[in-house]
Amino acid sequence: MAGDVTATEDAPAAVVDDQREALLAVFTEHLGDAVVGSHIKPGQGLWIRVATGAWAEAAEVARDKAGLRWFDFLSAIDWLPSPYGRYEDSAVDVPFPPPMPDRSAAVPGYTGGDTRIQVLASVAKAGTDQRVLLKADVPDDDPRIATWIRSYAGAAWHEREAHEMFGIRFDGNGDLRNIYLPTEFEGHPLRKEFPLLARVVKPWPGIVDVEPMPGGDDEDEATEEGSEP
Amino acid sequence: MTLTEAQQLGYSNAQAADGRINVEIETEDGMVLNMGPQHPATHGTLRLIAHLDGEQVTSADVMCGYMHRGYEKLCEVRSYPQVTTLINRIDWLGSFANEVPFILAAEQLMEVEAPPRATWIRTILFELSRIANVSLFIGDLALQLGAQTPAFYAFRDREFVLNQIESVTGGRFHPNFDRIGGLKDDLPKGWIAETKAAMVRLRGFCDEMEGLVYGNEIFQSRTRGIGIVPGHVAQSYGLSGANLRGSGVDWDLRRDANPGLAYDQLDWKVWTHPDGDSFSRCWVRLQEVREATKMVDQLCDGLPAGPIMAKVPRIIKVPEGEAYVATENPLGAMGYYVVSKGDTGPFRVKIRSASFNNISVASWLLRGVYVPDIITILASLYFILGDIDR
Repeated sequence: MAGDVTATEDAPAAVVDDQREALLAVFTEHLGDAVVGSHIKPGQGLWIRVATGAWAEAAEVARDKAGLRWFDFLSAIDWLPSPYGRYEDSAVDVPFPPPMPDRSAAVPGYTGGDTRIQVLASVAKAGTDQRVLLKADVPDDDPRIATWIRSYAGAAWHEREAHEMFGIRFDGNGDLRNIYLPTEFEGHPLRKEFPLLARVVKPWPGIVDVEPMPGGDDEDEATEEGSEP
Repeated sequence: MTLTEAQQLGYSNAQAADGRINVEIETEDGMVLNMGPQHPATHGTLRLIAHLDGEQVTSADVMCGYMHRGYEKLCEVRSYPQVTTLINRIDWLGSFANEVPFILAAEQLMEVEAPPRATWIRTILFELSRIANVSLFIGDLALQLGAQTPAFYAFRDREFVLNQIESVTGGRFHPNFDRIGGLKDDLPKGWIAETKAAMVRLRGFCDEMEGLVYGNEIFQSRTRGIGIVPGHVAQSYGLSGANLRGSGVDWDLRRDANPGLAYDQLDWKVWTHPDGDSFSRCWVRLQEVREATKMVDQLCDGLPAGPIMAKVPRIIKVPEGEAYVATENPLGAMGYYVVSKGDTGPFRVKIRSASFNNISVASWLLRGVYVPDIITILASLYFILGDIDR
């Protein structure tokens, strides 16, 4: 049963891959050296990293040349590991604030990257499953990048959100008021150095859910979740 | 100086009243109309500041964030199975549909595939969520225009769907039923016959609403030709779901980018409407409820036998990687961008919710409309506050 499911999916996966290669070719043709990295997962996704200076141009190419007129989202990723751990494996009385991890500890994901924070956006073509996930580095010392609102009007709110959550300034977007947080809020909550205060004052009780069962072999033992007591 | 208890109470009451009652301030340029954050016509804690010239809106500013719960931050400190509990509460009227794209993204990273029976049951519950969500929209829509009865009819018939969801998952609003690799449980005995009976009932509800609300002259005159969003504007704002299809853009993620649900094995139709006005958005939603009931019938008939869980480790660690999966949720396209570092929990989750994009068009759309139309336009855009603020 599991065999024929994968067999039927193998055939179209190669076709979709061609489609993504073609989409990538559109970007490399029009942006040239500004495409600094790309990653294709066959049948699942296409990631393109463009140079910081070509961020606005990448939006124009996506919209006008690649036909990806539908704006999906724009956000950012902070690649620095959280100094607080994931809370569930940190000791109850860690010193607060804990020492910040070194900048070199930030390891970017697909398509690589040179900076700690990257912007991430997704655009798609209506009526198809063509979608591109675009990334660009945001300079560490002065987090600024061009706005997308000239190409995609919907980016305005997403840039406001990325501005308050990550502290990225979008040049050309004149309305970067906070969208979720109070105006006087200090800090950028989705940056990894921003503590989740609820977890600092009290450890998460949900930790017991992921503790290994006594006598059981850890994750190597493949059992059905339904067989848990 | 200390305040007496009565003074303190009076102060806090005044504070509360400021938030609730519309404050109208005359300015030199015209009038500022403040709606919300807790105005009956704003579906929850959405605040709208409209600058008026007479009865016409010259500019409108939508303010959200009154319900921001920081799910993206919270997801970073939870393990994968715990995240579904949280994200259930994003669109609370169609809770199960919130879980599915996240689970699919995690499965994509783990290279686990749910067995066919689990996929089919997921699709059934996904469509039941849509029916529960959108049927309430239809009733609520009429309520916005001053008709009380359809809202009660909607609550009455939605109950049959909620009962079916409850008897499978144990939860009426927050099922938390989807698991990486499959589902928590199989369907109970006799469930399929009951569901089909409920679907007959819901089709009757759709017919009733079509005559009672959509065919109503007042409803038509208040929604037709009002709040027109052209297709290219809808696309550049990232509108999705019925808001996009109501603007004539023929796109449905269930058909065009099916991420692993059973839609490709069903016989169904994507409804679009070329007008792009408030009426077309509402009309498309009604057709989608009807289509969903037919899909549930087909899914019940063709439900394959077999296990409901794939083999997954008991402690779930997702391999390093990134995945983005979006599905066509009741409110529109909802996606999760999951970044994993090989841990028991995600490194970063970006939640792309439909309502955030859908409501971002409101400032553009409300310019130039008349005050009573604000209500129908906001109602027809259909947003859930939890889905905007996350």
